[in-house]
Amino acid sequence: MENAAIIGIGMTKIEANKVRETFADMVWEAVNKALNDAQMTINDIDNIITTSNDFWDGRTISCMAVGDASGARNKNVSCVEGDGTFGAFYGLTRVLSGSYGTTLVTAHSKGSESISSLITNAAFDPIYDRSLGMDMITACAMQATAYMYRTGTTSKQIAQVSVKNHGNAKNNPMSQLPMDITVEDVLNSEMISDPLHKLDCSPVSDGCCAIIIANKDRALKYNDKPVWIKGVSFCSDSYFLGDRDLSKAASLTKATNAAYKMAGINNPKDEIQVAELYDAFTYQELMWLEAMGLCDDGKGSELLENKYFDIGGKLPVNPSGGLLSGHPVIAAGLIRIAEIVKQLRGEAGKYQVHGAKLGVAQGVNGLAGQSHCVWVLGKEK
Amino acid sequence: MSENMVIDSGNARQPFNYSVGLYGSKFFKELKENKRFLGVKCPKCSKVYIPPRKVCGECFIETREFVEVGPRGKIGSFTILRYAFIDPETGEQKPVPYGYGFIRLDGADTLFQHYINISDENKVKIGAIVEPVFAENRKGTIRDILHFNIVD
Repeated sequence: MENAAIIGIGMTKIEANKVRETFADMVWEAVNKALNDAQMTINDIDNIITTSNDFWDGRTISCMAVGDASGARNKNVSCVEGDGTFGAFYGLTRVLSGSYGTTLVTAHSKGSESISSLITNAAFDPIYDRSLGMDMITACAMQATAYMYRTGTTSKQIAQVSVKNHGNAKNNPMSQLPMDITVEDVLNSEMISDPLHKLDCSPVSDGCCAIIIANKDRALKYNDKPVWIKGVSFCSDSYFLGDRDLSKAASLTKATNAAYKMAGINNPKDEIQVAELYDAFTYQELMWLEAMGLCDDGKGSELLENKYFDIGGKLPVNPSGGLLSGHPVIAAGLIRIAEIVKQLRGEAGKYQVHGAKLGVAQGVNGLAGQSHCVWVLGKEK
Repeated sequence: MSENMVIDSGNARQPFNYSVGLYGSKFFKELKENKRFLGVKCPKCSKVYIPPRKVCGECFIETREFVEVGPRGKIGSFTILRYAFIDPETGEQKPVPYGYGFIRLDGADTLFQHYINISDENKVKIGAIVEPVFAENRKGTIRDILHFNIVD
């Protein structure tokens, strides 16, 4: 595919509690940064997609509450409930339809305003599951148990994802939790839900991200640094967790293969130079990498130990610090896309992956990775 | 006015009456009256689903045949929750630690999630055999099962 590009990105700093800002304030900041980045004005935006979740926002039709801040007045605005990568997918299809030359996509949430475990508990089926009190952490802990049992990956090994990503975050001024930690620190942190220690889990965060997608003609009209959308796909698995083999991410493999095919990628391990993945928990980074064919099944931990996924390694993963260093739900996937755009432009500063020409971003929606959205982005058309 | 004012939502509630559906009603009636687990079988791929639902998502076909599964099963995956959590049923903090498991009930192809008794943590393992303990006064809800015990 070579018909659309990302031409603007903007994000707020990720913080534990942006008490001074409303949702709309965060959106205003990210949108203006994206417009400035693209060297556009709001008049250059043909349509808008806002991405939010009503439970997280504590109001229904939450997407409409950020309409003015995203410049949607007197424009066609539509909404996606879920991760920002899915909102961006919708925004892209609107550009590809030919009806719009540009789409502005926003995604926001503030984890600080509610009790996260009650919000994620509400995602469970109210008839069979919800009253048992399960939430995102317990569901993912059971996925971690299943994955580690199947692959033989150890707690010590997954802890290294935390060490790497918090370390990477030290170079990213937008991240919430830059930290110098060791494997022992992770293993000695509070056991939240076996096998996940506190430092295996991403934090509660506030933040917003905005990106601007343009068709191939408009892509070259503004800042002249388009990042081309080479392949995109998403795929969903069953709703009931018990229906899935939780130790594998079958829907991610399907989505990734479709995106690679669209991008003309035959050997992802050799062709992709940087990845920003949805590491809500340490084990997930390894599990997603394996499901995406970026390393062999069950071998992620070994490569991690050999610094393969470090910024200087063969395939740097989450050079920005990832979600472990800041996890504003909904915005998180869109931030992954924006981070790949930075890398491909060569604008990632101290966490720049040198020579990155092709990168992959992944977003997740639903419990323990029910659905995945995969973006392959390229510096060259 | 303070610099960073927040508005508390108070004890606002949004009560719902969730329809259980015919399949769910049948499942809970069997659980309540006979302490039996009902699943459904896909007419095409023969997969047995629990909880019962009307559609096999893989085959996109309506399921009609109810089959009894369990009551025993094996642990497919588990966790032991150690952080304080508010019980969504009562609003009270639940005592920790407690165990959750995905259980493959005998005869079922999908896993059923519930509490696992963790009085002996060393026995909580993938593949361990479990059996349910039922409440005395059953109301036709998922909490009619108190938890699953590990069978030696």
